[in-house]
Amino acid sequence: MGMGKYVYMDQAATTKISERALGAMMPCFTEAFGNPSSLHEAGRDAEAVVEQARARIAACFHAEPSEIYFTSGGSEADNWAIRQGAALGAKKGKKHLISSAFEHHAVLHTLEALKKEGFEVTLLPVHENGLVRPEELKAAIREDTALVTVMYVNNEVGTIQPVEELGRICRESGVLFHTDAVQAAGHLLIDVKEQNIDMLSISAHKFHGPKGVGALYVRKGVALGNLIFGGGQERGKRAGTENVPAIAGMATALEESLENREEKNARTRAMQRKLLEAVRKIPCTRLNGDEERRVAGNLNFCFEGIEGESLLLYLDLDGICASSGSACTSGSLEPSHVLLALGLPAEIAHGSLRLSFDETNSEADADLVLEKLPEVVARLRSMSPVWKEKEDREEREREKPF
Amino acid sequence: MAMTYSEKVRDHFANPRNVGTLEDADGVGEVGNAVCGDIMKMYLKIDDGIITDAKFNTFGCGAAIATSSMATEMIKGKPIEEAEQLTNQAVVEALDGLPPVKIHCSVLAEEAIKAALDDYRSRKRDEIVHD
Repeated sequence: MGMGKYVYMDQAATTKISERALGAMMPCFTEAFGNPSSLHEAGRDAEAVVEQARARIAACFHAEPSEIYFTSGGSEADNWAIRQGAALGAKKGKKHLISSAFEHHAVLHTLEALKKEGFEVTLLPVHENGLVRPEELKAAIREDTALVTVMYVNNEVGTIQPVEELGRICRESGVLFHTDAVQAAGHLLIDVKEQNIDMLSISAHKFHGPKGVGALYVRKGVALGNLIFGGGQERGKRAGTENVPAIAGMATALEESLENREEKNARTRAMQRKLLEAVRKIPCTRLNGDEERRVAGNLNFCFEGIEGESLLLYLDLDGICASSGSACTSGSLEPSHVLLALGLPAEIAHGSLRLSFDETNSEADADLVLEKLPEVVARLRSMSPVWKEKEDREEREREKPF
Repeated sequence: MAMTYSEKVRDHFANPRNVGTLEDADGVGEVGNAVCGDIMKMYLKIDDGIITDAKFNTFGCGAAIATSSMATEMIKGKPIEEAEQLTNQAVVEALDGLPPVKIHCSVLAEEAIKAALDDYRSRKRDEIVHD
């Protein structure tokens, strides 16, 4: 177990910072501690750290350093990009926005707010496999469409959207294209030029960087408006003294996560196969999201007859950290909007489990999950009236004479 | 915003008391629905107006399982009039509290007991009619 006292299978929620990233941060607290805006040597040292980090991050996406803006994380980057995209459109009288039905709340709630300000929003369906269809985007684009925002990888079911095609359609139609790449950065190869991406959001703590830092890529030529007024940081668009250690940690973590990416990916893919094949043997279990077009480190299941939160709590008692899209884990009464968008009935969506893992997980981690999960599912089913009813119904049907 | 459960809730969740069904139950009540994510089914054995046994089956979150467990403990051995007075607040207090978003789960336990007692009474009435 990588982390000692428990098996951590919730890498899509957050990751442990890598030693190299932490190592890159530490000197920024003690040596390069200056204010990057200061003229003196201490300031210049800190500024050098920030600008090198900007260049290193830009290189990972084939972007220019001047196209990278540091933020406090993925949610801020999403809010900024979408609000700006909408504002740019509104200047030309375009007040239509397009997104998908299963975006992160950082996107969906921003769109909700914009609706109240007079924008019209179209949410593309994601179908049973959790994928947006490019032809449906094409059909949804109108004369007055200001912005399209579709996530790169879905956070719950891990499906990889056809970003390059979506970007091409937007480019051909002259519509801005933003993608929330929080679950993709550090895992997949992203080329903002080739994939026609105008804006892209990332968050460091999803790829073994620190929490509280992210970035927004904005293609040169897109007139990004200010987010925070104040000093001249981030080309004057987001004021506030830079979080130098976090920025340094993010750059190192991103580079590290892309080093030997294929080898790590193959290992994670093998773990995914092993877990999938074994978990599938549990009766009345379904995999949510396309089986092929998903990231290597995600599996999302529904187990009929049980509820997700109790599943998580029992796994937690067995030392396994995972997550669920059940209503009870979100503090609301509705199950995950992602699973509902995939067309799952609410009663099934309540029983979901997300396992997210990566190269820092060991074979022993997977083995413990495979030992405990079937037991926990069986135990919860044994006390479930829904499951009992299903069994009784099946028995009656078996006994029915011809 | 991690949800923190009290030690008592964790205990009743990890080791729920009275899980199961009663084949010869005198009253059975089911409340909730799967769409909302919780269903509770309560089975009562009643002798001479006293609840001699109580079992439950629950599809639901940790709080739903813990309140089912605690509620059955609280009504076992009690006269039905007393069991009927059991409120969700009493169950929550016995569990040393629940996070605010989970209070509705405790209402379900109270309702399940009432539904089982209603079932018991209607069976009684049927018996009288048939006699």
